[in-house]
Amino acid sequence: MKTVLEVLKGIRPEFDFTTSEDFIADGMLDSFDVVTLVSELDQSYGISIAGTDILPENVRNIAAIKQLLHKYGIAP
Amino acid sequence: MNFSFSGKRIAGVLTVLPANERSFMDDMKNFDFPEEKSLKLKKVMGYDKHRIVTGETCVSDLAVHGFRHLFDKGLVKPDELDALVVITQSPDHFIPPTSNVIQGRLNLPHDMLCMDIVQGCAGFVVGLIQSFMMLEQASINKVALVNADVLSRKVSPKDKNSFPLIGDAACITIVEKADDRQPIHANLKMDGTQREALIIPAGGFRMPSTPETAVVEDVGDNNYRAKDNLTMNGTAVFNFVQVEVPPMIESLLQQAALPVEQVDYFMFHQPNKFMLHKLADRMRVSHERLPSNIVENFGNASGATIPTNITFNLAEPLLNGTLKLCMAGFGVGLTWASMVMAVGQLGFCEIIDY
Repeated sequence: MKTVLEVLKGIRPEFDFTTSEDFIADGMLDSFDVVTLVSELDQSYGISIAGTDILPENVRNIAAIKQLLHKYGIAP
Repeated sequence: MNFSFSGKRIAGVLTVLPANERSFMDDMKNFDFPEEKSLKLKKVMGYDKHRIVTGETCVSDLAVHGFRHLFDKGLVKPDELDALVVITQSPDHFIPPTSNVIQGRLNLPHDMLCMDIVQGCAGFVVGLIQSFMMLEQASINKVALVNADVLSRKVSPKDKNSFPLIGDAACITIVEKADDRQPIHANLKMDGTQREALIIPAGGFRMPSTPETAVVEDVGDNNYRAKDNLTMNGTAVFNFVQVEVPPMIESLLQQAALPVEQVDYFMFHQPNKFMLHKLADRMRVSHERLPSNIVENFGNASGATIPTNITFNLAEPLLNGTLKLCMAGFGVGLTWASMVMAVGQLGFCEIIDY
């Protein structure tokens, strides 16, 4: 099972996601990246994140993404 | 707001597509966008090919081409049409209405009600509601509903969020009175406080087009557009759809006392495959029953996507029988609307090129 960091690096390998607390404000993820991220998380963890959960605050940093995954019973 | 009708039917649906086809992958090369990332988007969002007009092709050009096809093939008789409803966000002119332009170019009878409605992605359902209301009149027996847009002409070619997926099309749906009294249910909501989520800021009377409004600006994220161009707040629109559409469908089916299993297909507006898959998952409907292949084949042509969805995916079963369809559109306004009804047996259901 991929870690969240591995999923993020697969989308934007040029960034160090451990140094940012807000990927969107820091320009590391654009709207297309967020869609790709959710799709990769769905596939990696065998879930379907609800459209209503696809919000900037739920993907802005690694802690937020892990919290989102917890909601779907995933502890990455 | 709920609506119900009976004694009305869809007699046929025709889609007119510009012959000019562009490729998402080729378009994305213009944005200095990594190919690997484009491939991922192609897969996730379902972007691939899209049809857009060339030159100064207008809505009336596509619609007149479609009507001539229907008249020439004897599928519709011009003097049978009592009303012409045109739903568009890209009219030929501010004045006169595009419906009058089409009526005049086709020399349709004067004893006819022509009406334009400014609507976008919910325009097919809004148009059907309007057409069914017209059919309540004794003098109106047959309505031609046109959903058409050439919005590619208003999208910045340097806006990668919109240009690679925009589509142009015209759909002609003939709606008429029927002996069959099967119920038709619909609902509709609008929220004008979110009107700027999808907007062309300049070009109307609030902000007339000037040399300044035509200046292409850096709007961030490597996107460039002018105030004369279509602007979409993609995140706001996505969230609006995910929040509002599933409860709207649930409410509609309750109104119709129809279990979700008895709907054959959910024919929704198609902004992208990802959004539709998320809606289907939320509604616990299989992806097969909620087709999502229009944007990848033709692009997003606003109010024309639902009828194109019908002509592309359901022509054969609807020419030979009846299906229970739940249709839903959502977009500009913001507006969200849905309708459930039996459709078929249709007299025509096809796609032609312009």
